[in-house]
Amino acid sequence: MLAGQGALTEGAFNPSLDVMDAIYFDNNATTRIAPEVFDAMVPYLTDVYGNPSSVHRIGARAGVALKDAREKVAAHLNCREAEITFTSCATESNNAAIRGVLQAAPGKRHIVTTAVEHPSVLELCKHLEGNGYDVTYVGVDGEGRLNLDALREALTQETALVSIMWSNNETGVIFPMDDIVDIVKNCGVPLHVDAVQMVAKIPIDLSKTAIDLLSLSGHKFHAPKGVGALFVRRGTRMRPFIIGGGQEKNRRSGTENVAGIVGMGRAVELGVRYLGSGVETTRRLRDRLEAGILSAIPNTNVNGALSERLPNTTLINFDGIEGEAILLLMDEEGMCASSGSACTTGALEPSHVLKAMGVPSNLAHGSIRFSLSRYTTEDEINTVLEKLPPIVERLASFTNHKRAGER
Amino acid sequence: MDYNATTPADKEVLALINRITTECYGNPSSSHILGRMSRACLDDARRKVAVSLECDDDEICFTTGGSESDNLAIKGVADGRSCGHIVSTCIEHSAVKRTCDYLATRNFSVTCLPVDRMGCVDPKHVEEAIRDDTFLITMMWANNETGQIQPVEDVARIAREHGITFHTDAVQAFGKIPVSVRSVPVDLLSISGHKIYGPKGVGALYIRRGVELVTQVHGGGQEQGLRSGTENVAGCAALGEACRLCTNRLDEWAQKLGGLRDELERGILERIPETTVNGDPVRRVPNTSSISFHGVDSSQLVVRLDEVGFAVSGGSACKSTTEGPSTVLTMGMGLSADEAAGTIRFSLGHGSDASHVAQMHEVLPGIVEQLRGVRSEKLT
Repeated sequence: MLAGQGALTEGAFNPSLDVMDAIYFDNNATTRIAPEVFDAMVPYLTDVYGNPSSVHRIGARAGVALKDAREKVAAHLNCREAEITFTSCATESNNAAIRGVLQAAPGKRHIVTTAVEHPSVLELCKHLEGNGYDVTYVGVDGEGRLNLDALREALTQETALVSIMWSNNETGVIFPMDDIVDIVKNCGVPLHVDAVQMVAKIPIDLSKTAIDLLSLSGHKFHAPKGVGALFVRRGTRMRPFIIGGGQEKNRRSGTENVAGIVGMGRAVELGVRYLGSGVETTRRLRDRLEAGILSAIPNTNVNGALSERLPNTTLINFDGIEGEAILLLMDEEGMCASSGSACTTGALEPSHVLKAMGVPSNLAHGSIRFSLSRYTTEDEINTVLEKLPPIVERLASFTNHKRAGER
Repeated sequence: MDYNATTPADKEVLALINRITTECYGNPSSSHILGRMSRACLDDARRKVAVSLECDDDEICFTTGGSESDNLAIKGVADGRSCGHIVSTCIEHSAVKRTCDYLATRNFSVTCLPVDRMGCVDPKHVEEAIRDDTFLITMMWANNETGQIQPVEDVARIAREHGITFHTDAVQAFGKIPVSVRSVPVDLLSISGHKIYGPKGVGALYIRRGVELVTQVHGGGQEQGLRSGTENVAGCAALGEACRLCTNRLDEWAQKLGGLRDELERGILERIPETTVNGDPVRRVPNTSSISFHGVDSSQLVVRLDEVGFAVSGGSACKSTTEGPSTVLTMGMGLSADEAAGTIRFSLGHGSDASHVAQMHEVLPGIVEQLRGVRSEKLT
């Protein structure tokens, strides 16, 4: 369908109607861009196209837009503008934070993180383990709750950094950040927090917590892909990540993605408005979806149900049924969800998060994540509740036949 | 007249960004239809970039711009070893220069080659600089300040003869002159979207098959594990489209902008005494002109031209926040501090036309004369 093969012809990009009608329950993977956000970006792709480092007016106007976006992000997080560094995504923010702090403290070779982090933290830690670092992975219980005693015991004189997510992308479980901050800061260790799934869902107030570094990503809250931010508390020692022209106070070189940053600023503004009653609407829809599935489909359960969770996320196990098969049939009916974090989709290994929670593999293989957004409607919930049970039933009977045949 | 700093997005590129951001918002790693659509957009974009550079699709790694491409190329090669020697030049963009400086603070040594009066690296110097432990040569394809085209073919051949990896920052060459990795056997090549009428925040690194790089951004394993992070699908698609357009229109634009640039230069030299054009007029990208106005402070000239509606630059935009005359011109080309301090870069682009050139010819002599007058008053 997409052309361009071998010759410089125009790519025939033509989304089918199915795409436009798709019911999208995969907002923890990525979100659609808000129309207001795109409108805010357009001028910075066309008329106000200057390089913010240029001294002339076209450049200066781009610089003003950057400042304005930085103010908006800082206001939402309740921190100083100078503490916000724009990056290209949360994966970069996480890499920059962890590597930057480690390089500023070359004498310390120990990192503490958790077993349920995003791959951008786990894979980097794995890489660092191969380069002379020790990493402690603090575990969680069956409900996805962090083992705070283990965290306390993990910290040593040699610990250079603690990196812990605020809420989990797969289960939606929220970690008790106040307790974590108390434990980590008592030992005087820098704390990095991956807050990617928090923004525009749960209010964040950085003036009331001693978190040193915090990552966020635009495309998880209706800003475009290709833009993120890293909060670095004043006084935190870190080395720059991308070296060059010295943009972003020398923390992150490269001509700024002005339009993307403007989009993120606008998305933060919209997200703040959605906090409160908007979030409660999403929570009610999620609860309806969850209750509906549990009551209509036997042998299902919710992961982390007893924990405090994000209002938009539910990760449901369908015992004995292949999650990928459910997704495939859902997809055929125009419903988009995920079997775990999108970034590791393609690998048919059970989710590392469910593994850490001790979920048996027959359950973990059959888990589906539904993640809602402020655009999710009651009708969409109804459609899923109508179409999902027959899909699961079909697969269950197929699985039973297969088992009978095997006997 | 500051198109080397950045360019506006082309109308067709913008239309594509619009369609993809609104209609095709899935995560390319997702298996559902929205994810697959995004994946298809990304594949299509990669194909377009690859066709433009004349390489295979899987030799293209999307990044967030020229700076990240340069960082990935240089650190990616260096991180695979504990020590060694890098050959670079004194006219590199700060993304290359400062990355080499950083490596020099570790166990690496860096030789920074000079350029001749014309702003060109001498391939003989490259050959002479090579040591037993040299593992990387990095030299830009065209200079951002003077537009000078460097002898990439010769250096690529030398690198190959010695079995050394060769990286070139082609950010200012690509889209202005033919850049093909098939005709010039470089190993690593950086390009940037916003210099070729694509958006800011996206670029690419060409990585010749077989060249091993150490990952700089770890995570979900996107971009063949070299650069993790959810792909900027719309940005990559826009880069692809911008590549396609600039390759198709290369000759047309080179001719048009070359003509305008020559006319601009001719008029300025004719009207304003004590001005010199920097670099070799023959070996330049067609849109760029670096002119020294003796006895003038370029930062004042930039401001005065801005007041009458002209955006020009005193050097590279990325350095305009830090003071001091351009190192490309002083250290590199041996200009006196006075000459370098009065140097303006004019870089033309798709929005430029003959009326702009004529207008510049009209306003510039008066401004230069005035600034020179103020200065000589101060001196007396």
